Formats: sequence, C-alpha cells, structure tokens
Amino acid sequence: MQTDHLDGNALAGPLAEIFTADVSAAVSRCATCGLTGPVAALRVYDRAPGLVARCPGCEEVVLRLVRGPDAAWLDLRGAVSLRIPLGGANPGAVATDGGAAGGG
Amino acid sequence: MSTFTRGFRGRRRGEDDRLPPGQYLAEDFPVLSAGPTPHVPLDRWEFTIDTEAGQTHRWTWRELTALPYEEPAVDIHCVTSWSKLGTTWRGVSLDVLFEDVETTADYALVHSYGGYTTNLPLDDLLDGKAWIAYRYEGEDLTPSHGGPARLLVPHLYFWKSAKWVRGIRLLTEDWPGFWETAGYHNYGDPWREQRYADD
Repeated sequence: MQTDHLDGNALAGPLAEIFTADVSAAVSRCATCGLTGPVAALRVYDRAPGLVARCPGCEEVVLRLVRGPDAAWLDLRGAVSLRIPLGGANPGAVATDGGAAGGG
Repeated sequence: MSTFTRGFRGRRRGEDDRLPPGQYLAEDFPVLSAGPTPHVPLDRWEFTIDTEAGQTHRWTWRELTALPYEEPAVDIHCVTSWSKLGTTWRGVSLDVLFEDVETTADYALVHSYGGYTTNLPLDDLLDGKAWIAYRYEGEDLTPSHGGPARLLVPHLYFWKSAKWVRGIRLLTEDWPGFWETAGYHNYGDPWREQRYADD
C-alpha cells in the first residue's frame, strides 16, 4: 500500500525556521499514550493545510505546524515534553532563572 | 449556486469568474488528509446530531441513504489554492436531517471518524447550503475522499467539508476545530480569501 505519510525528519526544515536547535533530533513523549521516542520517528502527514505529526504508537496528534505568509502556528499539546539535546549548558544560569520565576 | 448573470461586458460568466482570489483550477482531485484514512464498516456507521439540550438524533447508514437525496453540482475551493468547478455529488441535505431537531444553538462543531473536527455557524449548514454526501461523480465516495460519507459545504474552504463525517454537535458558543485552532480562519470564505486567522 502506498504510504500516506513521511517520517519526522520532514519536520527538520520547517522547525529550523523557528528553533535554533534541531527539534527532529529531540525525544518526545506522547501526551495520549506516553510513548517516548525520537521526533524523527513521528508520522508526518504533509498533504494537508499544515504539517500534522502523529504518534507511531497510538496515531494521536503530537505536533502541528502551520506556516502562513507572515507567521507560523505551532501546537505541541500532544507532547508532554521534548528532550532537546543541547551542548555546553550553564546549569547555574538555569537555576538562578528558575528561582526568580518561582519567587515571583 | 449555478445561477449566473452576464457581466456588463456582455460575456458569459466563465471559469475565471468562478475562481476565488488566489485559487487555480485543478483538473485532478487532490487528496488531503491530516491523518490515516479511517475505514468504517457500513453496518457500524452512524451519523448523529447532538443538541445543546443533550438530545441525540441518530441515523444508521441504511436510514441515511433511504432519505430523499439531492445531486448538487458545485464548485469547491481548497485553502491550499486548488479549485474544482462543477463537481457533482449525491447526498442528503442538512435541511432534511434538521427537520425534527429542536435547537436555539448558533454554532455547530462537526466531528469525524478519526478525530477530525471543524466548526461553523449553524446557519451555514441550512437553507440548501450543505449536504451529507455519499456519492461523487456517479460513484460511491471512496475512503480517500471521505467515504463512506463526508460533509459538503461548498461555499466555504473545503477543510470545512469534513471527510468521514460522524456527527454534528450543536453549541451555544463557538468551539474552534482542528485547523481553526492551528492558524486557519474561523469562518473560511474563499471569496473573501479568509485563509489564515489574521486574514
């Protein structure tokens, strides 16, 4: 049967317009079934008015991206979290920011 | 829908006049889908209208297809910019399905097998403007085009014509659907080029 979707690597280009990190290399956790896996393994339906990335386990929507002429809409409701690999972090800076936010 | 007046230059209204702004004429019928195609056995298929008072009106496949049908010939316009002119369908007018439905709701949320939703004012479903369509160009509607049945609301962009339609919820407040919550226009009039939320 002819496949009706792409894999999550199809998200790399469109998301590179928004994020400095490569989100297709991130690990996502599905908000519906809890399946954890690389964004690159999501099923991306692109023959649509936007990109719809679905969980390979339960087929629920994990991520949606619509690119208009002068804005993008990104919906991540279907993802509990994204683990985005980053290098060279400064943990002290994160802790300081977090403390300030919690105290406000 | 098919009543045309002659322009002041005296020429018959042609294809160009039937193309909304920013649209091109498609010869084929592109298949757009936000997910896997649901395959619903006809003996398990049903269509429901749920009112704001909690009343449910229900039709099986046999009941729906036994109702009086119409065969509209309509132009359709996809927000991704293709249009098809003079497509022919067979379906049951929403006016027939709403005959015994008591409601004061102003809004409808259409939902589909597979989880898709789209919203529109109830008025846009009535008075000969919308159908539950189950045949296209003389053939049963294929699953890839929304079969066994899809909503047909040709005066709005085609994402409002929900494929694999399962039911309509009547609401007193508007509830944006799948694409309407992801940047697309809440109403989607192709003649006013209402593509995105900002338009």
